[in-house]
Amino acid sequence: MNDEFSCQEMIEVVTNYLDDALPADERQRYERHLSYCAGCSTYLDQMRETIRQTSMVPRDESLPPALREKIVAQFRSWRRG
Amino acid sequence: MYGHEPSSSETALLAALRGGDEDAFGALVDAYGAVMHRVALTFVRSSAVADEVVQEAWLGALRGLDRFEGRSSLRTWLLRIVANIARTHAVREARAVPFSSLELARDAAEHEPALPTDRFQGPDEQHPSRWVSFPTPWSAQPDSALLSAETRTLIADTIAGLPDGQRIVISLRDVEGWDSAEVCSVLELSETNQRVLLHRARSKVRAALERYLTTESP
Repeated sequence: MNDEFSCQEMIEVVTNYLDDALPADERQRYERHLSYCAGCSTYLDQMRETIRQTSMVPRDESLPPALREKIVAQFRSWRRG
Repeated sequence: MYGHEPSSSETALLAALRGGDEDAFGALVDAYGAVMHRVALTFVRSSAVADEVVQEAWLGALRGLDRFEGRSSLRTWLLRIVANIARTHAVREARAVPFSSLELARDAAEHEPALPTDRFQGPDEQHPSRWVSFPTPWSAQPDSALLSAETRTLIADTIAGLPDGQRIVISLRDVEGWDSAEVCSVLELSETNQRVLLHRARSKVRAALERYLTTESP
């Protein structure tokens, strides 16, 4: 084993890299590999783009009103004890 | 878990709730009700069951109000209650318990690499474990492909098809945008297990986008 990451290893540690969860020496190996490997740089860009795209998946921003009403009704009966 | 000092606004809110202030409660429901509902939906899939889970969670929170010690934020405390109740309901839907050691072990046993091994050179080739051919940069795609509603639908469908643990973690990390500490705290999951599940989920979503962008483009 040499101490450089292979491309196949690079794609398995990308999430740790993005979470800043790699030990310092592995982070350096990761960045060194990136500096000469266009394929792994593209892969990292694609992971970042994937995260950005996923953050744009629509979400329901409010509770259904009928459900909210039931929750508030629960509060009233809880308050009465 | 990380430490937390209750803010003065939380302390005031708790006092108002314990005193039965309905406006304070309504404001709390408006602040966290929707995210609690979405968390419930990532666990149970059926919106009727998610509604039950959310109601149960609020009732549990009210009953537990006197036991809330402010060691986490009120938000994290509420989210943990809804996640625990949702997990119980997910079990009743006859599926494996999300994040149990059993589920994590099964997930590990079924583990596939982030990309098929044939994307890399084999041990007898010139450069073992290097790319056979580099992935095609998506910047070469027309902008419209990455901005389309179709892309979002593809991502949502891919996430919906993931195993439970992976689906829940990517929904909270990447759709909801929570940080790692909050996800671990709410799901009572170790950082390592959380990151493993996130990695598998993200790798699959990336692969789905790659297939879509390389076969559908002109």
